[in-house]
Amino acid sequence: MELGSLQRRYIDFTTALFREGFLDNQYTQLQQLQDESNPEFVLEVVTLFFEDSEKLLDELSRTLDQQVVDYKKVDAHVHQLKGSSASIGAQRVKNVCMAFRNFCEERNQEGCLRCLQQVRQEYFLVKSKLETLFRLEKQILAAGGSVPVLW
Amino acid sequence: MSSPRGGDKERGRDGERQIHVLAVDDSPVDRAVIAKLLRSSKYRVTAVDSVKKALELLGTEPNVNMIITDYSMPEMTGYELLKRVKESPTLREIPVVIMSSENDPDKINRCLEEGAEDFLLKPVRPSDVSRLCGRMRS
Repeated sequence: MELGSLQRRYIDFTTALFREGFLDNQYTQLQQLQDESNPEFVLEVVTLFFEDSEKLLDELSRTLDQQVVDYKKVDAHVHQLKGSSASIGAQRVKNVCMAFRNFCEERNQEGCLRCLQQVRQEYFLVKSKLETLFRLEKQILAAGGSVPVLW
Repeated sequence: MSSPRGGDKERGRDGERQIHVLAVDDSPVDRAVIAKLLRSSKYRVTAVDSVKKALELLGTEPNVNMIITDYSMPEMTGYELLKRVKESPTLREIPVVIMSSENDPDKINRCLEEGAEDFLLKPVRPSDVSRLCGRMRS
């Protein structure tokens, strides 16, 4: 694809991500931190987020599947997921985590299971969107252009 | 980057001792972010994932100008690290900054009363780090 269209697509895609609440200003802060000394910073942090989140989602499934649910443990995992999603600006994931913690407090298994499903959905959605974003950036750079700066 | 004079102090390009910050956080994501934020301000950063590792490092490498630690961690918390540092005759001069995702006034007051230099709400941003600038141990 021609460079100009790639860049336009990037702009439209990114704008939509923010408008639809997938990402918030914290993601922009990370982009602003990226520089020549660390040109893959955002990719590195987001990759850590993917690894950490998938581990946590597995743990959450396991913990909620027990006969007697350890809600303290569930809450600890959700707290961690909430923290890391907030740190990279994954707003929708973070928001589900907040609701999730309320159900933990109430020891509401059904509520927790619903939230787990929801958080998993939001996580895989934002993951796929971010992967598309990174792919577009790579394509733009490969075509000899620079990634549009939207801030 | 090693100085031609050697020794255990890192020096920046103009010969000034580079400020060394010890960051403590069990979250790999947060550790990467706080380390980058600090390095962008030209600080040398050592990032560890537990209070235990932090105390080990402080025992062997006293040239730490500031500690920035997450509050909630499994095993020992950032609050416990704060207390240990302030109780130690060799470490107590090191400013300790606490980070937390929870805006809990009781928690904040407890940390400040125990001698914390500052309390930062997560997610931490560049403006949070710049306000720590003048408060490193010299």
